[in-house]
Amino acid sequence: MTHRLTAAGAVTASVLVLCAAVPYLAPALDEPFYVIVFARIMIWAIAAVSLNLIMGYGGMISFGHAVYLGIGGYAVAILGFHDITSAWVQLPVAIGLSAVVALVFGVICLRTRGIYFIMITLALAQMVYFLGVSAERYGSDDGLNILWRSDFGTRHFDLEDSVVMYYTIFAVLLGCLLVKWRIVFSRFGMVLRASRSNDTRVQAVGVPTFRYRLVAFVIAGVMCGLAGFLQANLERFVSPDMMNWHRSGELILMTVLGGTSTLFGPVVGAVIFLMLSEILSTVTIHWHLVFGPFLVLVVLFARGGVMGLLGSRDTHD
Amino acid sequence: MTKDARGADLVAQGLNKSFGGLQAATDLSVSARRGEIHAVIGPNGAGKTTFVHMLSGFLRPDSGKIVFQGHDVTDLSPAARVQRGLARSFQITSVFREFTVLENVILPVQSRLGHSFRFWRPVLSDPTVLEPARALLEEVGLGDRAGVVAGHLAHGEQRQLEIAIALATKPSFLLLDEPMAGMGPDENRALIDFLGALKTDHGMLLVEHDLDAVFALADRITVLVYGRVMASGRPAEIRKDAQVRDAYLGETQV
Repeated sequence: MTHRLTAAGAVTASVLVLCAAVPYLAPALDEPFYVIVFARIMIWAIAAVSLNLIMGYGGMISFGHAVYLGIGGYAVAILGFHDITSAWVQLPVAIGLSAVVALVFGVICLRTRGIYFIMITLALAQMVYFLGVSAERYGSDDGLNILWRSDFGTRHFDLEDSVVMYYTIFAVLLGCLLVKWRIVFSRFGMVLRASRSNDTRVQAVGVPTFRYRLVAFVIAGVMCGLAGFLQANLERFVSPDMMNWHRSGELILMTVLGGTSTLFGPVVGAVIFLMLSEILSTVTIHWHLVFGPFLVLVVLFARGGVMGLLGSRDTHD
Repeated sequence: MTKDARGADLVAQGLNKSFGGLQAATDLSVSARRGEIHAVIGPNGAGKTTFVHMLSGFLRPDSGKIVFQGHDVTDLSPAARVQRGLARSFQITSVFREFTVLENVILPVQSRLGHSFRFWRPVLSDPTVLEPARALLEEVGLGDRAGVVAGHLAHGEQRQLEIAIALATKPSFLLLDEPMAGMGPDENRALIDFLGALKTDHGMLLVEHDLDAVFALADRITVLVYGRVMASGRPAEIRKDAQVRDAYLGETQV
């Protein structure tokens, strides 16, 4: 990797600095609402980053990735509903459950390729979605309120404090970016990227790709489950809608918009996607009419997404 | 080059394979000896590539047995066969086009060094992988092309890289599926020399259309026609065989 100042690098740095500064900037600009907007954006960014690990680097286009948002979220909500608010229970359950579900779904999905993979991930995720819809005890369609955010048992780290909540999300985003960056360029990442390029050839040099793709699928699921854990805590609310296939589709759009084979693209995609829908929806209720064509144009004319346009080629440097 | 090269031999016993109504291999038996280049020739549709796919594990024979260095490998996956030292190249160039030349050989080197469940250290700053990869590129004459994206290489260089990828797994036996495909005469000659030099360390089974290359390289030749062995023997015997001449060699005027 060469160290040079690129437009893509500048965008990466500015977005991260902006995220870090929002809790101070927003009140100063008399727009305190933007703190929660950016907290939401960062959570979506974590989910999109996790999707991109398997989609951008492993060629696994999962149309059911939002299911892990739901699993991470419901772990918090259901445990909270039963008066178990300790983060030391909720967090391991959120992570563990995401891992187990990703493992089972991965074993099923990864035997297929291309359009079949897309359809099976979608079908499996919708199964979980309808499980949520039919769970009357936990609010069905209406969802479930969360009275208390996850309790880490110390006054020094209390998610009820909105600043702590915000910077926890920010830290998790940074952590996920770091982990993804290391993974992509590691031996494991080499296998993952190569299997996207030519899976047959990877097997022909002695690497059984299935288990590597499965592990990547589980890592991505856990990362997204973490985003779900944060989302439930931030919103103090979960509903099956979190894991509806629309959400999975939005995750794919954010990733494509930002740039699939770039590390930071999904973050930029999440920022653009959510800011645009936020701004456009205040201008007109028909904002989808503007937003849809915009996405089509990006996909048609900027194949590498926004970061691709800015010259980020971090898979080859 | 490899310690276990001495034991290299590959035996196919009575392989049968059909695709629907098409019989691609009928009672196919070939035995490739250590230290030799065994060429498999035959007209288009003779089942040569099907044969390589079965030997390398990408196709499962309907019946028959494949024995490599004394072990029955018929039920092993392609990856498991490579780990035992049986590597292959592809007729249709199958390099990682968006990777650099160096990265193309890093993956097989990494595969040889054990599992790749290493998540943290960047592979491009890991000398245990880089050094053998660079050394191999020097050996095959691609040393000064290490940083080039494989998709940008000339066709001949891509064919070289194709073989280099297989070699990077340090196989004791190489299955080469038409290594000369689409190369010019000069490149051909260089590749013939290169493959000839590999013979001392590797057993080789070579499927090839280019009969000049086959007669220059092969110690033994098996002629396939419609999935059956029509003749097998030393190059001189094959040249003389009237049946073979009628079926195949005559058409191409050797």
